[in-house]
Amino acid sequence: MSLKTILILIPLLPLAAAAIAGLLRNQIGRAGSHWVTILGVAVSFALSAYVLYLQMYEGLGTQNISVYTWMVADGIKFEIGFLIDHLTALMMVVVSFVSFMVHIYTIGYMADDPGYQRFFSYIAFFTFSMLMLVMSNNFLQLFFGWEAVGLASYLLIGFWFDRESAAYAGLKAFLVNRVGDFGFLLGIAAVLFCFGTMDYAEVFAAAPSLEGKTVSIIPGLEWQWITVICICLFIGAMGKSAQAPLHVWLPDSMEGPTPISALIHAATMVTAGIFMVSRMSPLFELSDAALSFVMLIGAVTAFFMGLVGIVQNDIKRVIAYSTLSQLGYMTVALGVSAYSAAIFHLATHAFFKALLFLAAGSVIIALHHQQDMRYMGGLRKQMPITWITSWIGTLALIGFPFFSGFYSKDAIIEAVHASTRWGSGVAYWAVLLGVIVTSFYSFRLLYLTFHGKPRYTVDVGAGHHPPDGVLQHAPKESPPVVTVPLILLAIPSIVIGYLTIEPVLFGGWLADSITILPQNDVVAAVGEHFHGPTAMATHALQTAPFWLMLAGFALATLIYMVRPALADTLANRFPRLHALLENKFYVDELYQKLFISRTLSIGNGLWKKADAGLIDGWLVNGSAKFVNNLSARVRTWQTGYLFQYAFAMIIGLIAILAIWVTL
Amino acid sequence: MPIFEIVFYTFSLIMLGAAVAVISVRNPVYAALFLVLAFFSASAIWMLLEVEFLAIILILVYVGAVMVLFLFVVMMLDINLEPLRAGFIKYLPVGLLVAAVMAAEFLLVIWAKGRFDENAFPVPSPNPADYSNTKAVGEWLYTNYLLAFEVAGVILLVAIIAAVALTHRQRSGSHRQNPSLQVRVRKDERVRLVKMKSEPKQEG
Amino acid sequence: MLTLAHFLTLGALLFCISVTGIFLNRKNVIILLMCIELMLLAVNMNFVAFSRFLGNLDGQVFVFFILTVAAAEAAIGLAILVVLFRSRQTIDVAELDDLKG
Repeated sequence: MSLKTILILIPLLPLAAAAIAGLLRNQIGRAGSHWVTILGVAVSFALSAYVLYLQMYEGLGTQNISVYTWMVADGIKFEIGFLIDHLTALMMVVVSFVSFMVHIYTIGYMADDPGYQRFFSYIAFFTFSMLMLVMSNNFLQLFFGWEAVGLASYLLIGFWFDRESAAYAGLKAFLVNRVGDFGFLLGIAAVLFCFGTMDYAEVFAAAPSLEGKTVSIIPGLEWQWITVICICLFIGAMGKSAQAPLHVWLPDSMEGPTPISALIHAATMVTAGIFMVSRMSPLFELSDAALSFVMLIGAVTAFFMGLVGIVQNDIKRVIAYSTLSQLGYMTVALGVSAYSAAIFHLATHAFFKALLFLAAGSVIIALHHQQDMRYMGGLRKQMPITWITSWIGTLALIGFPFFSGFYSKDAIIEAVHASTRWGSGVAYWAVLLGVIVTSFYSFRLLYLTFHGKPRYTVDVGAGHHPPDGVLQHAPKESPPVVTVPLILLAIPSIVIGYLTIEPVLFGGWLADSITILPQNDVVAAVGEHFHGPTAMATHALQTAPFWLMLAGFALATLIYMVRPALADTLANRFPRLHALLENKFYVDELYQKLFISRTLSIGNGLWKKADAGLIDGWLVNGSAKFVNNLSARVRTWQTGYLFQYAFAMIIGLIAILAIWVTL
Repeated sequence: MPIFEIVFYTFSLIMLGAAVAVISVRNPVYAALFLVLAFFSASAIWMLLEVEFLAIILILVYVGAVMVLFLFVVMMLDINLEPLRAGFIKYLPVGLLVAAVMAAEFLLVIWAKGRFDENAFPVPSPNPADYSNTKAVGEWLYTNYLLAFEVAGVILLVAIIAAVALTHRQRSGSHRQNPSLQVRVRKDERVRLVKMKSEPKQEG
Repeated sequence: MLTLAHFLTLGALLFCISVTGIFLNRKNVIILLMCIELMLLAVNMNFVAFSRFLGNLDGQVFVFFILTVAAAEAAIGLAILVVLFRSRQTIDVAELDDLKG
């Protein structure tokens, strides 16, 4: 079949599967719904892998294919099309592979959930949306995919909708995303305004013509058009990729089931922002100011979110803050024009973060939905596969040499070091110190969960919802539907970095997709010192990140393995700092006070006074009451008395006569 | 011809006085009788205008039939007089005002700009002695307005039937059939089925 | 000199009197009917006067028909009055307000 058919099938098969699983629930049953969606996603993955193969070995090159023109309005074409180059192929494979793993995993994780079929329908729909997003060749389709993944995220976070916290978390995610989307939409509108088209190819070709053109944001303040466009687009990325200050939704999104935390909030949706900025590199390269902004936002997120992760007790929240921090790393890489490093880290991170989330999920179901690490411990004996794969994921995350995370993270750190952009010094310190923090919280998680003595008891007669720390059944290893995806994700977590760093970063594999101005090309600067992956790993012993990582490891081992009481002592010695971190820097409270309470009061006011009072009361009921009153008054004229009717006629007669008299 | 004016003004005053009396006297029998007086005066004025046929018809038909009918009804109904006068004084000022306004308007129309004076409508000369108004009206009626005449007859027929139908009273004690009720009867109003156990025949 | 205007004035005044009668006699249906007869008389007066001054017999024919209809209407009106009295025992106009709003 032709390439176009393949490309159309890749997103459409998951969509069809989602529709069937969602609408024909009763006809196909539970098993049917997971079979149809897994089949859809598996075929989609196979086709994506085939496309990647074509890109890697058959020299396919960049394909810009228009599938369907929706409409042409005022000279602007709104169409559906696919832009397939190396970047897209990479993203397609990552998305479909992780989605495939999560689908299989879900069979085990959601086995006893009443909403089983709905869940499969939703994650297949999400897969469709994400694929449309990465495959698009114009801003409109990008935005469609953008919004659709937001919708899927909302549906999945609030999957257990009868839980109040879950419903609110879904709403929070959607609303914060909306704030980002507003900026994104402004950016797209600006693109449309400046270039008159939404097609990537045409916009990128015309981008240099915007050099020097300015727009007045407020009268008297002139900014470059290209800076305005890029910052607006990045605001969208800030919402979607949960960069500070729009990060508040990601920790709350842990209310959703663990498979979606792995799929959406680690590997795919949150990387949409990173992908988008990379895709828009021809635009971003023209604006140094925007890139500095991107970099600093990423630096703040990378460092501070890691700090918050140190004091979290919920196992999923630790991994959530870790995700936020790693997204910050990717954003910093984008900010220093190291787009390929950001994409590389995106790909490796997808694998090991999804692995960590799924492993956490395995622990959670083994402990019958207990998520608090204070009631775990010593699980390595009962859950060996989960334990080992968690270690692999952690080593990848902290950047241990030879693991995939090491290559991507160190590439970013080196790139930031080599950059001369305004603010890169601050960013360098942020990403460097972030290494200790990452290492610390990762090992804290491992020790609290798998090592040490068990901090729970097993009481067979405890009933279905025992209190914290009591379990009804002793934990045991999860079934193969859960552990096989873990193993399958652990393999790329180990090897993908080693195998692919050279072609991706330094071999120009992404050169056709990404534009970098020569003076900004920090990756090339790093590449001058690159002598192959093995050399990079052995050279690591001489670099700061390695020793900082070991320092974090040592600190974590000291506090959580050797002297457990030290944790509480430190918390008591620095209560204000501890409270600051525990309350996530009070950002949620700040938003509540600044925006949410005001918006709610405006909403309330509009509801009570404008809608109920003015419109319902005055306009609707008021007009009815007015008509009632008027008619009650007029009704009294109909007395039924003959003489009064006659009198009325006479008065009329007199009036007519008066007219005739005056004539 | 001063005699003409004298007769006219006399009978006009009588007529207007009678009309005022009709609406203001207490006793409705008096009011009916005053109405008769008003019709008589009108008839006299019409005689002056040489429309003898209508003048006589007014007496014969209107006074002789319609007013007699009025008197029949007035005397037949046992009316309580007192409460009927209650609102009279209260509404008198407004009523007089309305009447005055109307009258003023009428007079303005009639007399202003000389619409109806002798130049616009010259006073006709009296008819010759052998002129028969009845004959003239008869000729005119039976040739040009024959259809209307027949219709007038039908109107009178309808009026008779309507008056009889309205006031007809059923005589109590007479048995009549009402077919519409007979047709509308329902089964359960006539027959009631009862289930009973069969009992042995009573001996003896 | 009696012109048409005089006769028309007579008719007009008669009409005004009968209108007043309708307005004032809110308690007596019979007087109401009599006032209607007066109104018809006023109209007849106008017709006759015009017929005479214009020399056209059409006016008189019309009066003829008005008389016919007035008689029929008086008959039926009185019949209704009789039935009304039978059911209500009163001829008070103020009691006839079932059609009020």
